[in-house]
Amino acid sequence: MSLLIRNGRVVDPAGGVDAVQDVWITEGRIHRVGRGLKAPAGTETIDATGKVVCPGFIDMHVHLREPGFEYKETIASGTRAAAAGGFTAVACMANTFPVNDNRAVTDYILARAKVEGVVRVYPIGAVTRNLEGRQLAELAEQAEAGCVAFSDDGQCVMNAELYRRAMEYALPFGTPIISHAEDCDLARGRAMHEGFVSTELGLSGQPSAAEEVMVARDIVLAELTGAHLHVAHISTAGAVRLVREAKARGVRVTTEVTPHHLVLTDEAVRGYDPNTKMAPPLRTKRDVEACLEALADGTIDCVATDHAPHALSEKEDEFTEAANGVVGLETAVPLLLDRLVRPGVIDLPTLVTRLSTAPARLLNLPGGSLASGAAADVTILDLERPWTIDPGTFRSRSRNTPFAGFTGTGAPWMTLVAGVAVTP
Amino acid sequence: MGWKRKDLLGMQDLETAEITDVLDTAVSMKEIASREIKKVPTLRGKTVVNLFYEASTRTRTSFEIAGKWLSADVINFSASGSSAEKGESLLDTAKNIEAMSPDVVVVRHKAAGAPALLARHLRCGVVNAGDGLHEHPTQALLDLMTIREKKGHLEGLNVAIVGDITHSRVARSDIHGMRKMGITVTVAGPPTLIPSQCQELGVKVSHRLEEAIAHADVIMMLRLQHERMQGGFIPSIREYSRVWGLTLARLSHCRPDVLIMHPGPVNRGVELSPEVADSKYSVILEQVSNGVAVRMAVLYLLAGSKGA
Repeated sequence: MSLLIRNGRVVDPAGGVDAVQDVWITEGRIHRVGRGLKAPAGTETIDATGKVVCPGFIDMHVHLREPGFEYKETIASGTRAAAAGGFTAVACMANTFPVNDNRAVTDYILARAKVEGVVRVYPIGAVTRNLEGRQLAELAEQAEAGCVAFSDDGQCVMNAELYRRAMEYALPFGTPIISHAEDCDLARGRAMHEGFVSTELGLSGQPSAAEEVMVARDIVLAELTGAHLHVAHISTAGAVRLVREAKARGVRVTTEVTPHHLVLTDEAVRGYDPNTKMAPPLRTKRDVEACLEALADGTIDCVATDHAPHALSEKEDEFTEAANGVVGLETAVPLLLDRLVRPGVIDLPTLVTRLSTAPARLLNLPGGSLASGAAADVTILDLERPWTIDPGTFRSRSRNTPFAGFTGTGAPWMTLVAGVAVTP
Repeated sequence: MGWKRKDLLGMQDLETAEITDVLDTAVSMKEIASREIKKVPTLRGKTVVNLFYEASTRTRTSFEIAGKWLSADVINFSASGSSAEKGESLLDTAKNIEAMSPDVVVVRHKAAGAPALLARHLRCGVVNAGDGLHEHPTQALLDLMTIREKKGHLEGLNVAIVGDITHSRVARSDIHGMRKMGITVTVAGPPTLIPSQCQELGVKVSHRLEEAIAHADVIMMLRLQHERMQGGFIPSIREYSRVWGLTLARLSHCRPDVLIMHPGPVNRGVELSPEVADSKYSVILEQVSNGVAVRMAVLYLLAGSKGA
């Protein structure tokens, strides 16, 4: 098995490469990257002239919903959505049913992924049993079973003592603790960001402080324990400032931002479309600007989608009653290319770093680079391809996106996992 | 101008001329209420459905009387004892009701935006009779009608809205409606009950009752919900009443021609002392009477003025 991707613009930030080159893959691994490579006769070739060849994109924050919520998404449909969106790997959160808080569920997810998944699947284990915030889950066994991080995502662990112990206990595994930073009391029952728009719409809002007090607490706990804290879906200017300051002090903190928090503001909630409801909520223009700046300067390490599929019946409802979350796997890369790279907010190598190199590094995953010997997970982009987002074409089982009808230019063109093109 | 809207969802959407149109129509409707036989055939053969997901006596009754005086068939549908209790979604219920061909659906719901959701999906007219903390446009219209009736005009007046602004859809609708009609609005209450960035709605914000009402032509007192103590918004009803309750003593520093209004139901002894509620300043019952006239006008404009 040998494959030559010819004549594409290779963008591999880990190797410092941004040049037109060939990528030669053998046995599912990168064999060589260079100009004018001569592969043996019979080698399959892909002409990538005019395309961009990158290390495979990794979405470190998705909800695949299996087991338990297969009507929203399955490992089969979710990984197809990932492949269609240019992702070669996803890390899936633990809020399934049953919760992924023990080895049996982790094993099940990995077994299903092996049979039905078309991209790599890395489970994230729960920090506490049944996500209840009372007792630690069996982190050692879960780490052994293949969990790459721990998180009660969707819930905030309000008990600081317990969270401290989780951080300490996980130290030997080298797995980050991923914080869903949202103070339950400040956020409870509040469907959107608190500000002028919430006042006009008559919706109870949660202040930015709901996120920031928890980011601050978790940074302090990471400092106490020496743990690697990863802040999920950062969304406020204040939280960005806290992370920037903590990094400067040498605290082991990393963070991610979602495409919707980079592209939309709370103004999008006018009209009460439940597809604009998620946690954390859409924030203000000032917050979006702070996140963009932090993404450019590296304060924000990754972009992750928080892909959160929900059935139509859970979304076509009163705004206050509707489920939180939006799908993201099939819209992220097009939006980022058009709204961020095209206008020059960030350059292409930076985007590849945020989508591939950084998540691979911080979760200790193979991939994230096109170095010889690396897993041949490759995302190829077509920067000139025009698109219109049509939820009807999604591979995901769910359609809950705030981006229906958005148009732009630049999209994934081909996704290869272990050297094999994935047909989503 | 002719009325063009399919729905009445909020005061924020209305043009000044449309508000005047409703108020003028309501004045002629009020004349019907003074007749011995309170019935005109205007909406004969039309069906109005009151779809109430939240308890309401005054507003539902007011819409019901308004519809009946105009000869519409009025059907009351309340959430208790209906499919809503069996877990049917709002949209499914509404589509079922639409299958029975109503001309107007009047909806009250605890969720902000619920009437907008219905309006998007239903062909018939939708009237918002109160949605969560968002809007209650017919209340604002009846407030404007009452003020205009008593003061002779709206432009240039000062109105103080006092109490729990955060949790009040009446306050939001009043603010939008009053500002469009040239009224200067001051909102007042403890900071915990003033919503975020409220001044951007174009109002003055005060945290002192005396200051807010000193020059007011109209004082609109809002009902304090007893459950606000649980959320930590106020320490006690007793303290709230002492600091924010309107008494005759406090009124003595106000304009002699000040009007006291309240969207009801009044907590006597909490936001209003009984003496104030029953005083010559109070126009609370006129508000209720005008409510019927305003709702007649709204039903007429949505259901009767087209295709007639």
